[in-house]
Amino acid sequence: MSDIKITKDEAVFYLKQMMQIRQFEDKIMDLLGQNVAEGGSHLYAGEEAIAVGAMAAIKKDDLITSTHRGHGHCVAKGGELPVLMAEILGKQTGCCKGKGGSLHLADVSTGNLGANGVVGGGFGIAAGAGLTLKMKKTGQVVLCFFGDGAINQGIFHESANMAGKWKLPVVYICENNMYGMSVSVERASAVTDLGKRAAAYDIPSETVDGMDVLAVREAVDKWVDYSRGGKGPSMVVCNTYRYYGHSRSDPRAYRTREEEKEWRDRDCIKVFGRKCVDNKILTQKQVDGIEKEVAGEIEAAVKFAVDSPYPAPEELFEDLYS
Amino acid sequence: MKTITYWKAINEALDEMMEKDPSVFVMGEDVAIYGGAYGVTRGLYEKYGEERIRDTAISEAAIVGAGIGSAMTGMRPVVEIMYVDFMGIAMDQLNNQAAKVRYMFGGKTTVPLVIRTEGGAGRTLGAHHSQSLESWFIHIPGIKVVMPSTPYDAKGLLKESILDNNPVVYIEHKMLYGTKGEVPEEDYTIPLGKADVKRKGKDITIVAYSRSLLRSLDAAKELEKEGIDVEVVDPRTLLPLDIGTISDSVKKTHRVLVVSEDCKTGGTGAEIGMQIMENCFDYLDAPVVRLAGADVPMPKSPVLEKLAIPDKDDIIKKVKEILG
Repeated sequence: MSDIKITKDEAVFYLKQMMQIRQFEDKIMDLLGQNVAEGGSHLYAGEEAIAVGAMAAIKKDDLITSTHRGHGHCVAKGGELPVLMAEILGKQTGCCKGKGGSLHLADVSTGNLGANGVVGGGFGIAAGAGLTLKMKKTGQVVLCFFGDGAINQGIFHESANMAGKWKLPVVYICENNMYGMSVSVERASAVTDLGKRAAAYDIPSETVDGMDVLAVREAVDKWVDYSRGGKGPSMVVCNTYRYYGHSRSDPRAYRTREEEKEWRDRDCIKVFGRKCVDNKILTQKQVDGIEKEVAGEIEAAVKFAVDSPYPAPEELFEDLYS
Repeated sequence: MKTITYWKAINEALDEMMEKDPSVFVMGEDVAIYGGAYGVTRGLYEKYGEERIRDTAISEAAIVGAGIGSAMTGMRPVVEIMYVDFMGIAMDQLNNQAAKVRYMFGGKTTVPLVIRTEGGAGRTLGAHHSQSLESWFIHIPGIKVVMPSTPYDAKGLLKESILDNNPVVYIEHKMLYGTKGEVPEEDYTIPLGKADVKRKGKDITIVAYSRSLLRSLDAAKELEKEGIDVEVVDPRTLLPLDIGTISDSVKKTHRVLVVSEDCKTGGTGAEIGMQIMENCFDYLDAPVVRLAGADVPMPKSPVLEKLAIPDKDDIIKKVKEILG
């Protein structure tokens, strides 16, 4: 048994958020299968400990940039499940009024500067947000989420150099799920220890188990302190795994079922729930109760989304210009 | 009124806006100590310091990208891209981020960003330093595109661009920096999306902007000697385009020539010409005609470069053809 030292409230909060994300994603997979949800969706299932652990380490008014696999970031940053679900179905009540959808799911009012349909699309925005925070001396930080695939984009290097040179308060959170769509880190990258990419710009980094919510929280907390304190950017590489394919049409021929099972055996929700019970922070009954409560929330979110109207035709040209 | 150069007009606009609003800052390659590749930001670093006049690494994508992020979070950045030719490096930032984040996120954010850049032929710099790429930008909903031709317009439009809450691509012309014109002593701005009739006439309308506007005015002056009365309309802003003012002119003259320096195929002449057809076809006594740049990469040789863009003589010849 491994010891964990957290309060009951923390345990409930983390477990509940991770379950919300997992069930949200599983439900979207169902809805895609039933053609209730149209288009595509890149699901975060398996990676929940990163969004939840990282967001637990920042303040409400800190900012984030998200990715094409961003539903989990939205939930953990405080987005409401019904409006997120409505957005994925393209409804007027969605957080982007039905104009963003899964690929651009972001509730800007929660301090989320955007999911991004372009891999690496958040790097420049994160550097610029960091520049504002530094110039205005607000004491806030930006968490810039991205994947192992995005680190090969030119804009990573341009903006990491800028953030490094200007000591911007940006904490890079690399979600290394080992594959950029189908191409593994080993096949794509000349450097597989992704922290070395940060070192090139004199940015300190740490690699953690991205399946462990408390490990993520601890590392991000440490580096947020560092970056908030004016020392410049930092990076936390979180090793993780996405349970579903890149998208619904992905047959996952590039990885083995055995590999998938190994990662699922280390599932962030199961393991954390078990630790909470083992350490007598929660009872199994309480864990089961949270799961059931979340299921009810997801059902309510789906009902809200399905019952919501689509945008009115006149919405087509709304919100283009300020 | 005072008479100043085009570069000084832009410089004054930046200075006045920075003085008024601490959230306005400048960032780009060689904008600080060097004062900008064409000297537009000279003196500002000495006045405002390196915090607000920021020299960057040679990283166009990050310059525009960080401009977007800082604009979304409360600043009013004016970023400089040294040559419009280098916008290709930052195009994803402009097209996919700056232009779209407001719409994609349901109107919950704004991007008060100005991208100042410079284009056009005339210095025999060849294909990577002489392009006119404005038609790329007018194809992007969510941004505005400004191309001033005079010091008066340059100053008033830049101040308005900085005040605007949307991303603005503001394109200067390298051959205009030394041109002079009258500018009011007092504070003024010019609304975006408003064309200006630079010369009144009754026989034919020429629609032209940036350096081509000056060449069109020169052509009009010569044509006047031959009794041809040309009206010259400067859109000043290409997106949104003030098709109303252009149409009013065409309805009066019944003939129109569109002059620009960009490559002809898929260029601004195609768009402006088509909008004229959509708005005032019944008033036309002759087909809409365009004069534009040759569909080639800009050649280095001064002889070929001159051939590649419309000049005064080309305009005069084309006007006479239209008038029969």
